[in-house]
Amino acid sequence: MKKITSRFYLALIFLFLYAPIAVLIVNSFNASKSRTVWTGFTLDWYRKLLTNETIINSLGNTLLVAAVASTVATLIGTAAAIGIYNMKKIPRSIVLNITYLPILNPEIVTGVSLMLLFVAVKMEFGFTTLILSHITFCVPYVILNVLPKLRQMNRNLYDAAMDLGCNPTSAFFKAVLPEIMPGIVTGFLMALTYSIDDFIISYFTYGATSQTLSITIFSMTRRKVSPEVNALSAIIFAVVLAILLVMNLRDAKLRKNTRRVSGERI
Amino acid sequence: MKQTSKAAVPYIIWMSVFIVIPLFLIGVFAFTTTVTVDAAGNIIDPETLGYMDGAGIDRETGELTADESEEETDISWVTFPLTEKTIFTLDNIFAVSDYLPVLFLSIWLALIATAICLIISYPLSYMISRMNFQRQNIMLMLVMLPMWMNFLLRTYAWMTLLERNGWINKLLALIGLGPFEMINSQGAVVLGMVYNYLPFMILPLYSIMTKIDERTIESAQDLGAGALAVFGRVILPLSMPGIASGITMVFVPAVSTFIISRMLGGGTNMLIGDLIDLQFLGNAYNPNLGAAMSLVLMIFVLLCMSLTNQLDNEEMESVLL
Repeated sequence: MKKITSRFYLALIFLFLYAPIAVLIVNSFNASKSRTVWTGFTLDWYRKLLTNETIINSLGNTLLVAAVASTVATLIGTAAAIGIYNMKKIPRSIVLNITYLPILNPEIVTGVSLMLLFVAVKMEFGFTTLILSHITFCVPYVILNVLPKLRQMNRNLYDAAMDLGCNPTSAFFKAVLPEIMPGIVTGFLMALTYSIDDFIISYFTYGATSQTLSITIFSMTRRKVSPEVNALSAIIFAVVLAILLVMNLRDAKLRKNTRRVSGERI
Repeated sequence: MKQTSKAAVPYIIWMSVFIVIPLFLIGVFAFTTTVTVDAAGNIIDPETLGYMDGAGIDRETGELTADESEEETDISWVTFPLTEKTIFTLDNIFAVSDYLPVLFLSIWLALIATAICLIISYPLSYMISRMNFQRQNIMLMLVMLPMWMNFLLRTYAWMTLLERNGWINKLLALIGLGPFEMINSQGAVVLGMVYNYLPFMILPLYSIMTKIDERTIESAQDLGAGALAVFGRVILPLSMPGIASGITMVFVPAVSTFIISRMLGGGTNMLIGDLIDLQFLGNAYNPNLGAAMSLVLMIFVLLCMSLTNQLDNEEMESVLL
């Protein structure tokens, strides 16, 4: 009885989570322009979507902004984490608390504040403002991923490398960097995802030349009927599903291998 | 590694320019306003200014370029040229109080959405945390998957479902009910918030519940605790930190949203986020008032957070990641 109730509960929640997405996907094959009348199967919306220049351009913009912003954020953030790790207690807690601000603050406040800054220095809204804003909200995620790795690292590692004849640069690249690499990679991926997905901060800082995909989606959803949005959702859903499946399979394989290795050693 | 604290210098500069100064600017805008003054420094009120513009009086020289005025207003006291000046004022902050009903509505709807998220997520997270490892991963993936889609698309999907001719009304019609007006209501806005932010509640709850050892529950049972006592005296207290962070992670984006309310609330259920948006990018252009609203919202949110999450930095990291 208990098992049936919990199964039912799970099913209900997954229905809630997936019904809207299923409707979008079904509608993307609907020949009718109306969202609620089924008149037959078609691939027209996909064809229209792939020849829609605004969408293709904004997809390019999204990827460009995300690539530049997350790379710069990873460089600044990793350096910052190393610096913060070696700071004295009081400056460290000041810097960390300011770092949390863009994460804790409502996004709309961050967006508005950056907009005011660009207006104040009379900067033209476009790629520069968009990328600067994206770097700003990405850096904290890199720092927060790298810092724990630094804390887990043995503090003497760097000195040991120096004793064994490394200069400071090679000691960093040979001893410290491999230790914190997982944190850097996770931070980079997180920054990339947040940048691709961001709407609110982009909304306040984009210019006419630098429309990202989410800005384009926003202007499409404002028109009442736009079946291309459905096709776009279906494609995005398929891509996300594929990425998650690959990641999960890789993880499972990795775990299996490590289990086998550690099993042999015991 | 003493010297390496210098590695943070580029970031500290970045942080000052792009985090500290922008927030400072919000404060500056919130406490200032731009007024028109004449050469003697007298402030020209908007009405007089409107009359002068209507009458075609040149702002630089005071010359009459085209006499189109019908009424006469005494402007003999004005000395030309007129210039614009930024002055300190508390008016914007006071003006925010005119919009308190909107702020309260935002807080109210966000609170309802947060409560619903908590009620839905708590049993779900517990169930997932008691499954075997492999199924836990699959369940988590299924919970996260919708969150990876852009939130505009997810909200758009609900528009399709809730419309007057939407799928839900069609299904209800099959069993002879409806149609109901579901979209453009406060309920629809709450639903949109719950749908968009549910995973933010599930994840922290799940991660705290996996840390509750099955043996703790068993020993409570061995000591004679019934189901209710196990829940009230073991599971609930142990999951408190997860509840606190889940609440903040749902409440903060919900209280400041401005797209969900516009798409599902139909423009009649304006929230504080919509008002801020209107002051900066909408028809009501008034960045000073918008900044004052942002300031109030920011202080409110940060206060709420310091109340619910008494965390130190390291705990914060584990919650956020």
